[in-house]
Amino acid sequence: MSAMVPLADDVSAFLARRARWSPLEIAFWIFAFATIWLFPGKYLIMKDTAILALFALSLDLILGYAGIISLGQAAFFGLAGYFSGLVAKYGIINEPVIALVLSGLVAAALGFVTSFLVLRGSDLTRLMVTLGVSLMLGELANRYSNITGGADGLQGVTIAPILGLLRFDLYGHTSYIYSLIVLFICFVIARRIVYSPFGLSLRSVKGNALRAAAIGIPVKWRLVAIYTVSAGIAGIAGALLTQTTAFCSLDVFSLDRSADLLLVLIIGGTGYLYGGLIGAVIYKFLQDWIASLTPQYWQFWIGLVLVVIVLVGRDRVERWTAALRGAIARLGTRLMARPASLGSAAPDGH
Amino acid sequence: MPILETIRLEKRFGGIAAAHDVTLAIEQGARHALIGPNGAGKTTVINLLSGVLKPTAGSILLEGRDITALEPHQRVRLGMARTFQINQLFLDLTPLETIGLAVSERLGSGADWWRLVGSKPAVTDEIVEIVERFRLADVMHERTAILPYGKQRLLEIALAFSCRPRVLLLDEPAAGVPEAERQELLATIAALPAEVTVLLIEHDMDLVFSFADRISVLVNGSLFVDGAPEEVARDPRVKAVYLGEELDA
Repeated sequence: MSAMVPLADDVSAFLARRARWSPLEIAFWIFAFATIWLFPGKYLIMKDTAILALFALSLDLILGYAGIISLGQAAFFGLAGYFSGLVAKYGIINEPVIALVLSGLVAAALGFVTSFLVLRGSDLTRLMVTLGVSLMLGELANRYSNITGGADGLQGVTIAPILGLLRFDLYGHTSYIYSLIVLFICFVIARRIVYSPFGLSLRSVKGNALRAAAIGIPVKWRLVAIYTVSAGIAGIAGALLTQTTAFCSLDVFSLDRSADLLLVLIIGGTGYLYGGLIGAVIYKFLQDWIASLTPQYWQFWIGLVLVVIVLVGRDRVERWTAALRGAIARLGTRLMARPASLGSAAPDGH
Repeated sequence: MPILETIRLEKRFGGIAAAHDVTLAIEQGARHALIGPNGAGKTTVINLLSGVLKPTAGSILLEGRDITALEPHQRVRLGMARTFQINQLFLDLTPLETIGLAVSERLGSGADWWRLVGSKPAVTDEIVEIVERFRLADVMHERTAILPYGKQRLLEIALAFSCRPRVLLLDEPAAGVPEAERQELLATIAALPAEVTVLLIEHDMDLVFSFADRISVLVNGSLFVDGAPEEVARDPRVKAVYLGEELDA
């Protein structure tokens, strides 16, 4: 067929286009890094937001891309949190970046081991099993208070300067930039994963596991793999919290922490990676703002906002903001001045 | 040696035998049809062959190798793929992505996590070939959920074909396809490469008799008659089972 060559180009261009950074995404990250200069008084809350966003990203990877619902991400967050605190306290590994990577690996190892429990059963079973794992770890941390400090938390942690150069300061300047960079790096890795053949196969497993197996996809191993990666990222988030606060307490394992993540993803949406990030920003700043208005009843208002979000539905919000997002995208496309040939490879080309 | 064999295959659900003592031999390159009235156990047999169900007793041999204990994805890797009677597609993906999935998986790059989708020319070339063979080029960028039913049915077969099977199991490929889209589908099935062995389950006797070179009749979970189309068409017992259905088309 004469259309063979153009069709092949069309196919690879189309597949590649999915993975291209859109102007909206670039704008998002430029703004994210601009906050370092724009809001110097807000470092602490912005740092907490970045950590929450990273933590939510880890849940989005399994929930939004593989359909695994979990109430136990805190297990990985907490384990890595204590691990990074302990290695710093006892001077085993002083350099924070190395400790951070190792903490992630430790959490990933726990994720790998527990993934086999999670793969059994349906959504409800998964909720219970993941919750159970994090509760058990929390109790272990409580029981071995000689190591973890128990209810008083892990005291006496000092975090050495990053790469031996950058000291953590009192205002959170270093820790915010550090957290933001770690978030960005993890995001790029996650983004790369979801646009790879592996990521596509995850979406197929989520969409129809029966058919995925029928085209030769080893469903179980794909889920084990993404659960392990997700645990590693959750662990990095936990280690970041310990490193930037020089403290770790039992609440890293709490159910609240895992449940907050689900709220964040309800606000931001799942399955497009930015849900956790946008959700974390809205959640944190809403919490901060409402708490300053009514310190006692802020949870009531957060609850009300969530109910409203669910009632309105994200579809409608997407429709309302479509015009705005389209305008930004068009502006961005014009600014970036793409070659015209790509625009002409539209689906109606045949 | 037959390419696919079942030996005394048995599947019981509680007290009911959905498949009973099914011994079937499918020859290399055959166009073999499995027919029978509703509830005869045809889909059960396909589910057993593809590994969706595990048999209560008996065994399955693919090219002489016992695959009875293998998982569905392992059977695909050994060269046997299936379609489903009710579409089992990835509704949120496009046909392009769907076929890309199966092709990547077969070429061993399905687990690559750092390479971007579509960056491997071998995968792209094969996607193009399949998209054209199954006449999906004009809809390949649409979400599968919004495709016309006939196109979804084509994609159902294209997806199984993307696994490059030596044995292809088709479970009622023409079921529910409106007349206008039917010819395209039948032509595509007729044009499957001769070296691919096809086991077809079908209710449509026109399709069965125009396509098959061997027919097995399943009744109440057991093999009833097994032979060339003209023998089966002449068999009075088969006519009795199909009460009034036109067999000698």
